[in-house]
Amino acid sequence: MMNPPLVETRELSVHFGGLQAVNNVNFSLRDGELRCLIGPNGAGKTTFFRLLTGVHAPTSGTVAVNGRSIAGLQTHQIARLGVGIKTQIPSLFDNLSVRENIWLSARRNHSRAAANRIADSVIMDEVGLGEYANTETAKLSHGLRQWVELGVVIAQRPKLILLDEPAAGMTGHDMEKTAELIKRINRTSAMIVVEHDMEFIKRIAKTVTVFNRGEVLVESDVDTVLADERVREVYLGKQTGRQHDTGA
Amino acid sequence: MNGSRNYWPIAAAVIAALSAIIVLPVIYDEYALLQLTIYAILSVLALSLAFIWGYGGILSFGHAVFFGLGAYTYAIGAMNFGETTIALLLSMVIPALFAAALGYFLFYGRISDVYLGAITLTVTLIFFDLASSTSGPQYRIGQVALGGFNGIPSIPQLNVPGFPDWTLSTTELFILSVAILALVYISLRLLISSDFGRVVIAIKENEVRAELLGYDARKYKLVTFVIGGAIAGLAGCLFANWGGFTSPAVFALGQSVQIIIWMVVGGVGTLAGPVIGCVLMQWLTSSLASFGTVNNNLVLGGILVIVVLLLPQGLVPTIARLARGRRPVQRLDATAGALGATPAKSEVGA
Amino acid sequence: MDYLIAIGLEVVSGIASLVLISIGLAVVFGMMKVINLAHGEFLMMGGYATIAASKAGINIWIAILVIAPLVVGLVGLVVERLVIRHLYGRVIDTMLATWGLSLLFIGLVTTVFGNTTSGISSPLGAVNIGPIGFSAYKFFIVAVAVAVIVTLYLLFKLSRFGLIARATMQNADMSAALGVDPARVYAATFAIGSALAGLAGGVLAPVTGVVPSIGAAFVAKAFITVIGGGSAVLVGTLSASGIFATVNQLASFATTPVIGEVALLGAAIILLRLFPRGITGRFFKGRI
Repeated sequence: MMNPPLVETRELSVHFGGLQAVNNVNFSLRDGELRCLIGPNGAGKTTFFRLLTGVHAPTSGTVAVNGRSIAGLQTHQIARLGVGIKTQIPSLFDNLSVRENIWLSARRNHSRAAANRIADSVIMDEVGLGEYANTETAKLSHGLRQWVELGVVIAQRPKLILLDEPAAGMTGHDMEKTAELIKRINRTSAMIVVEHDMEFIKRIAKTVTVFNRGEVLVESDVDTVLADERVREVYLGKQTGRQHDTGA
Repeated sequence: MNGSRNYWPIAAAVIAALSAIIVLPVIYDEYALLQLTIYAILSVLALSLAFIWGYGGILSFGHAVFFGLGAYTYAIGAMNFGETTIALLLSMVIPALFAAALGYFLFYGRISDVYLGAITLTVTLIFFDLASSTSGPQYRIGQVALGGFNGIPSIPQLNVPGFPDWTLSTTELFILSVAILALVYISLRLLISSDFGRVVIAIKENEVRAELLGYDARKYKLVTFVIGGAIAGLAGCLFANWGGFTSPAVFALGQSVQIIIWMVVGGVGTLAGPVIGCVLMQWLTSSLASFGTVNNNLVLGGILVIVVLLLPQGLVPTIARLARGRRPVQRLDATAGALGATPAKSEVGA
Repeated sequence: MDYLIAIGLEVVSGIASLVLISIGLAVVFGMMKVINLAHGEFLMMGGYATIAASKAGINIWIAILVIAPLVVGLVGLVVERLVIRHLYGRVIDTMLATWGLSLLFIGLVTTVFGNTTSGISSPLGAVNIGPIGFSAYKFFIVAVAVAVIVTLYLLFKLSRFGLIARATMQNADMSAALGVDPARVYAATFAIGSALAGLAGGVLAPVTGVVPSIGAAFVAKAFITVIGGGSAVLVGTLSASGIFATVNQLASFATTPVIGEVALLGAAIILLRLFPRGITGRFFKGRI
């Protein structure tokens, strides 16, 4: 028998009032896989993450982590199954230091001594925030907060990491660093990454799932997706259009 | 957790308590000591809310419920049993149990903020109504008539455990109250710097983030609430000892407001602040009473409004910041300004 | 049968009283997300304004229906300018500051009028329903409550102010972009809420009498009614008042007024546990 997929959704739907935010999504991710989610704004990517982390409950359909349904589980129980998330706007303990943020993440699943070790390793080596270790996160810039949150998620040592626009607001060099970091993390954790930047996606992903209007439009390797007419229409068409605008 | 725990507040508390216990009974007479005792007792009450609000982020508008329950439990227990040790313990256990029930109801129902305020306020009013309506001989617990609006008089003093006849003198009650104040302060300080305490603070900072890391916020809040309830109950027990009397006034709205004023004046998010706020406001209240010209409510209300408007962090954090000569929060990056609007409790991917 | 009618009338007048007590707070909370914990003292001052005016020889109906709301509305304007305006967006701080105001007003009124109960006799006599006497003034209370609800409905639904107010509450930036100053809308809304509290205080003064500390009895009920009702001002207040007052009156009939009070508070707790965002957070979404 094969192992069950790390994450599997079946006919997953949620609607708020009349709005069908996620509609009939069948999605599955193998252990160790890195998947990119793309799609125009409002396509349901962030909502999909909220369903995977239990922040929203689905209207219908199921989510299973390691073959186990997460229906009825609280957010913290799902986190304990090994799911970590970096949110679009960094969500941190603002008045605590970088080290405390990362330590709290490690401490949940580890002894105090192990948590100290993990915090040191994450801060010094994995995200390289040593000079800010004792700085309150509220005082950091948006870019640095992105990195702190990445550190927080890594320190959980989760099986699955959800990253919602990890490179948003980053420029050339930082983006490259982030891509390297993601590839490194992927050696130990499976990941789902929501991104807009195509260059970034090409750099990190093999498989891409395209969301549109709450549904999965295409799911394939990067090149196939980029060549797909429908994808160009709903997503890339818009983006190249925008680039034209700014270029003009 | 950073290896170097800060022990000087604990040392300061021990020294302050020891000097108060040694020096004050020598220089003051019993009447003056009795006046000082109430400061210590109410400071214990201040600490209990300082913990659950300042560190747990749970703003209870009806914190006096636990104080009142402690006072009533001690009164009923002591008068029924004769020996006061069990009554003393019950005065913490009963409020703690009630806090557990109420806390379960609130936190596992995901009730927070204004709604939590409304419910806790309502609960204290229910107790006030019920306690006030227990006049008449049919309302007794054991041998003790609850006495309705008039309350329960002639509550026996605490005795040394095992010696029912060895009751505490005024001086001994003073020493006990100061010792308990120091003990509660030190325990809370240690608790806050423990791993448990770090998580409690983290949940106050950002509950969603804490849950996404796998912490059960409901459980931590519940434990925080129960600890606060037990401490407030202990303060109530001491209070019943101090006056030898308890009445529904302990459940009154004014009692709950008073604790909140201490905290706002002294500084939410500190332990020393609410104690200082409590002593300051009590001193002010009794000074005003001795002048008898200015209305007490006028002054208390005025102070509360002015502090919220002009000194929103309260005395202790403001003074601490001035002492350190530090400017208010500055971000470390020029680009931060535009993005600084990140809400403190941003929802997932909001 | 007469007995049932009498109970029914008590329930209806109980609902009307609760609506009057709560509606000012509901307007301010629903529109501005501000909980004014000095609301009880606003009612208290409405009561004092009524009594003072009527003792000064002004017609009692004018004292109740004009003087009380006017005086308290002006107090509200001042309070908004000096305190509330500086705390927008800080829900807890606003509650704390207005709790301070509540004490301040109690102290102020005690200093001026003394700490004694003042009253005026109820201006209407009694009507008999079968063998049971029933104060005619209660019909007046019901009439005022109905008039207030209808007026507010028309104000929010039809007037330019109502439109602007609803727009501002939805999105302050948007209305600012349309050339409306949100600060003025908030000030006007708070003044209207205050005036409604003053009106309620005036209307209830002949029934309850007034003491400086009477606000505490009002504010708790108003607070839980508004929170229990949720964010929709009119529907929320009406539905929560309906439930709470009915529970209160029936329990009072069956036992004692104190137990009736406890039943009301208990009902509020259960309701908030079932609907943590109030009745209209669950039902009647998007109504006013």
